[in-house]
Amino acid sequence: MLSELQALDPSAAAARETPVASARRRLLVVMPAYNEERRVRQVVERVRGAVPVDVLVVDDGSADATAAEARLGGARVAVHPVNLGYGSALQTGYRYALRHGYDAVLQMDADGQHDPASIPALVAGLDHADVVVGSRFLSGESYRPPLARRVGMWVFGTLARLVAGIRITDPTSGFQAISRSALTFYAHERYPPDYPDADVLAMVARSGLRLTEVPVRMLASPDGKSMHGGVLKPMYYVFRMTLALLLVPLRKETI
Amino acid sequence: MTGTQQVFAIAAAVVTLMVIMELVRRRRLREEYSWLWILTTLAMLLLASWYGLIEWLSRLIGAVTPTTTLFLFALMFLLMLNVHFSTVISRLTQQVRRLTQELAIREAERQGEGVERPRPEDPGRPAPR
Repeated sequence: MLSELQALDPSAAAARETPVASARRRLLVVMPAYNEERRVRQVVERVRGAVPVDVLVVDDGSADATAAEARLGGARVAVHPVNLGYGSALQTGYRYALRHGYDAVLQMDADGQHDPASIPALVAGLDHADVVVGSRFLSGESYRPPLARRVGMWVFGTLARLVAGIRITDPTSGFQAISRSALTFYAHERYPPDYPDADVLAMVARSGLRLTEVPVRMLASPDGKSMHGGVLKPMYYVFRMTLALLLVPLRKETI
Repeated sequence: MTGTQQVFAIAAAVVTLMVIMELVRRRRLREEYSWLWILTTLAMLLLASWYGLIEWLSRLIGAVTPTTTLFLFALMFLLMLNVHFSTVISRLTQQVRRLTQELAIREAERQGEGVERPRPEDPGRPAPR
């Protein structure tokens, strides 16, 4: 079926010489963006410069010119009229990819913290897995998160190992490659609207999809903002993650 | 429970029931969301008017006065209503997400056809949260 799709699509054939296409896949880069007008264009251009792929920027209800900037960079843009959340924006990309016959999605953030040079490694991981998570902790670089975050990562990592038997060093990584069967799994109500995390990976593992991690390079986010800042947000995060992980074994997910 | 209490409780239940029915009649409240409200008011009516039932219930749950039983049951029904609304909101949220995504995908497809959607300054655009 894969070869059929490629035969029908001339752009995939044209891109066959590139490292990404050597994996014989038609790939869509999905980039959720929220108020990223200052960086999104450059990030899209760098991705398209590194790999000849289609880029879909999902503008999650930005108040600024994110969509226009992304178009200038050469991306196709899907605009949410209202802000739905990071997870919902990703899911829009998955649904678009499924509908347009892409074989895989590579998702990365629009703020430039994900190095496009790591894309081929992630896509190559799809040869033996359905979800390939890019981990900044496997690359041997000396990134050391704050203590509270390390504790949280350890607790939820242990919990995910207990409920799903997975070992993931960087479950919050937004730099991932996803196969078509995993896209189908994700294009469902089960996919969280806010931040997909270890709970989603635990669901993936329990549903029989294959999960793997590869080292990637991540750059420091230019303005250092975190998605989980503040006081109440981390508390809600801890609550939601605990609940979601504990519910994983109680839910029956079918692909 | 004194006679005054009973009369007031019955009156309150009847008025609530009438308000609910009027809202449904004017289609301000949809039938599918009215049934739990109607059930609540009917239960209150039953408990307020049938003294034997409320006495029996009070003994059953160990309440000292029948009014406690009435309040307790009213409270429980309100709780159920709220849970019911939470599930409705969850469903609505899911539907809004699906619609928004569909709209975004359609727009991206139009861009692919070379049809640029005019994007004037839109004063009606809601402020992001």
